Amino acid sequence: MSAPLLETRDLSVTFKVARQGGWPWSPPRELQAVKQASLRLEPGRTLGLVGESGSGKSSLARAIVGTVPVSDGRVLWRGEDIVSMDTAAQRAHGRHVQMVFQDPLDALNPRMTVGQIVAEPLRTHFPDLSKEQVRAKVGQMMERVGLLPALINRYPHEFSGGQCQRIGIARALITDPELVVCDEPVSALDVSVQAQVVNLLQELQREMGLALLFIAHDLSVVRHISHRIAVMYLGRIVEVATASELIANPRHPYTKALIASVPIPSPKAERARHRPVLEGELPSPMSPPSGCVFRTRCPIARADCADATPAVMNIGNDHLVSCPYHSSTEASPL
Amino acid sequence: MALLDVTDLTVSFDTPDGTVKAVNGMTLSLDPGDSLAIVGESGSGKTQLAFAILGLLAKNGTAGGSIRFDGQEILNLPESKLNAIRANEIAMIFQDPMTSLNPYLRVGDQMAEVLMLHKGASKRDAFAESARMLDAVRIPDARARLRMYPHEFSGGMRQRIMAAMALLCRPKLLIADEPTTALDVTVQNQIMELMADIQRDFGTALILITHDLAIVAGSCVKTLVMYGGRVMETGATDDVFAAPSHPYTRGLLNAVPRLDVPQEKLETIPGDPPDLTALPAGCPFSPRCPASHEPCATTMPVQEAFGAGRLRACHAAREAVA
Amino acid sequence: MFATKSVADDLAGAAPVKGRSLWADARARFLRNRAAVAGLIVLLLVAAFALIGPLIAPWNNEDIDWNVLGNVAQGGRPSLETGHWFGTDALGRDLFARTVQGTQISLLVGIVGALISVIVGTLYGAIAGYFGGRIDNVMMRIVDVLMSIPYMFVLILLLVVFGRSLLMLFIGIGLISWLDMARIARGQTLTLKGKAYIEAAVATGVRPFTIILRHIIPNLLGVVIVYATLLVPSMIIYESFISFLGLGVQEPLTSWGALINDGASEMNNGTLWMLLAPLFFFVITLFGFFFVGDGLRDALDPKDR
Repeated sequence: MSAPLLETRDLSVTFKVARQGGWPWSPPRELQAVKQASLRLEPGRTLGLVGESGSGKSSLARAIVGTVPVSDGRVLWRGEDIVSMDTAAQRAHGRHVQMVFQDPLDALNPRMTVGQIVAEPLRTHFPDLSKEQVRAKVGQMMERVGLLPALINRYPHEFSGGQCQRIGIARALITDPELVVCDEPVSALDVSVQAQVVNLLQELQREMGLALLFIAHDLSVVRHISHRIAVMYLGRIVEVATASELIANPRHPYTKALIASVPIPSPKAERARHRPVLEGELPSPMSPPSGCVFRTRCPIARADCADATPAVMNIGNDHLVSCPYHSSTEASPL
Repeated sequence: MALLDVTDLTVSFDTPDGTVKAVNGMTLSLDPGDSLAIVGESGSGKTQLAFAILGLLAKNGTAGGSIRFDGQEILNLPESKLNAIRANEIAMIFQDPMTSLNPYLRVGDQMAEVLMLHKGASKRDAFAESARMLDAVRIPDARARLRMYPHEFSGGMRQRIMAAMALLCRPKLLIADEPTTALDVTVQNQIMELMADIQRDFGTALILITHDLAIVAGSCVKTLVMYGGRVMETGATDDVFAAPSHPYTRGLLNAVPRLDVPQEKLETIPGDPPDLTALPAGCPFSPRCPASHEPCATTMPVQEAFGAGRLRACHAAREAVA
Repeated sequence: MFATKSVADDLAGAAPVKGRSLWADARARFLRNRAAVAGLIVLLLVAAFALIGPLIAPWNNEDIDWNVLGNVAQGGRPSLETGHWFGTDALGRDLFARTVQGTQISLLVGIVGALISVIVGTLYGAIAGYFGGRIDNVMMRIVDVLMSIPYMFVLILLLVVFGRSLLMLFIGIGLISWLDMARIARGQTLTLKGKAYIEAAVATGVRPFTIILRHIIPNLLGVVIVYATLLVPSMIIYESFISFLGLGVQEPLTSWGALINDGASEMNNGTLWMLLAPLFFFVITLFGFFFVGDGLRDALDPKDR
């Protein structure tokens, strides 16, 4: 099999947090945001990454994009390790991987015009383009994301949230990237506008053959847009499967709890829904539980769950789950 | 008699950019112990409606019309009288609990203060009642938690504390403004269960303000859909979801992906949320409405009753029947 | 944030429209603020006074009017006939000409001080804040050390050792004026660093210095400008204090501080104009800057967007 577009192997991200009340020279504490995450993403496909706040999904995305340092493991781009590249090569690589952010207005420099914002990646990676060429490309891209090119000299604050997100998408796509990492791209938008952006992303994916890494806390949206879904909890990937398989046949107890928690916009379905409330709180990532990180809240936890991190098992059909007792749980809550 | 009767309420704000018309003639009523979900996007005026009921409008805001609570007119009451009603009779839970909890005071002191102020309880009784209330919202080890500061709690726990605080004076009406928006789904689930329990155990009427139709489906008996400061349609939640009558409601329902049924492509509502400084003379939804036609942009459709206690304001829907 | 969609909808196929930048917004807000506009007008008048003054003054600032010497209390009064519109000083020199010249020096000191602080302080703070970590630590400790030196003492030492000159004064003021600005700029940079547009630029592969110049500094400028307008008067006050001590600009050059000093020492001789004329300009300029600074802060406050 040829190398996938993107692969992470045992990727870990660790943040150093200054000890409270410590001396300036006392060693900082370590916060493991992502631990040994392994993912694969094929060209033109969408990988959804779900998890609650504090699950490390944003840190994983940022490690892939290169805005937070990788502390261990590898990020392979077409089989080539990005982490070990020198700075200049990493910068040049930025052309292929772009990012779309959660808060659309926050992601646009308020002092720059829309045209300047969209043109920035182009000017960075293709400094030889003439002004007219840049302008023409920016105009085309704006049209493509559904904005009037005539608005090129306007400023971000003159646009609505949905339009700002379109500008962010235009900026991400102007260098013809192969992968776009979308960090909660619709969660700050109004319900009626969310669908516009989701559809736009899907359209652009088809037209340009983009691969998407789609991060969201909203499982319904992730399921809708993704081919495969990875579920994260406390820095670990606990389950990966194709979207339909994951929803219809979740194996990890956390995935089940997550699916069961998603409300469904239908009173009948809601009344029929079996709602097991996930007890307890997310443990601190500063001091995660030993062994399986989910065991403190897991309904099927056993004594030996505390001993060792459960190995990732392939239970067929490329369905990966890291819970040795996955077969002892009931069927999908849906 | 209805607990809350809002008639022809208008709320507008004077800003340097012009007059922002947040609420434009809202009418609604709520019976004691009932639950009503107010669904709307940003700019629908749903939060300003709640603020008007509680008399919390910003200084540059003006409200007109009438709000009767328990038979008493409460719109534009002087602050002193409103204070007696707020917390005592009507309580509110906000989206971000941190903004309404004082970070420098222990949770117990903040809760006890409410009781001592409104009910004249002694300090000892106030603390005992506060502990009971934290217990009621299922915060384990309530007595010890009273001595903790707000930042020592997680987001979900804080929202529980807000709920406990709101319930201290046994209000007749609880307004929850996006209580779960800042929370994770599993925690959201816990809080919605809590809301249902509160309603059952305390007999409190509930107004749930949200943008999330999915939450509404499982939690409220009635649903009211707002857009541009107006009621688009209202009715029993089951009916509204089963047979949405307004194009906006239909659009909203089709725009959200569902976990239980896969969709090929999401239906969209074109355009952006309304500009409250320049609303059309007619239906505020008309610029985005697929069924929009000649009278829509110029004349606001009247609210008409239909079906089982349902109301809607739409030219297209009425003509379809006629 | 509101009045945009309808505009956007009307524009199908139209030629590119000029956007309303945040600066244009701020200008409109500033012009709505009456006190700030009044302050600005006062400052413009003071500036005009400093620039046009020499052209219309009937007397030179160095010349002594021998007619009034020895009888300054009577002959040196402000009067239109003698041409001494503000009167004369104790040596019989025309106070109008001297005030004009003092205004030039004081404004120059204030503006140069503020400019140094804006350029050096902003860059220094932005670099420290953006790179963070060890670089930040070292750079900010340097600022701390410089700040802990009693600067008035250093300035006086400089002026004594190297002699009193305008250049020395500028160097002395330049040495200290940027320290506060560096701290302010660094603090602001730290908040800006959390913005997603900075991250977007980093992710794209924009070089760090380009990010600082393109994304950080333009967004710092609001705060920096406000602080700079408040810094100008404080620089003027510093200079006045030094001149008041007798260490400032050298005769026959003068400044507001020196004039006020001279006037104050003659206060008991019935020649109050010597104090009041420079003091008037000093005070209205300070108020002007404070009002403008206030207006700018309100106008540039991003919370209002």
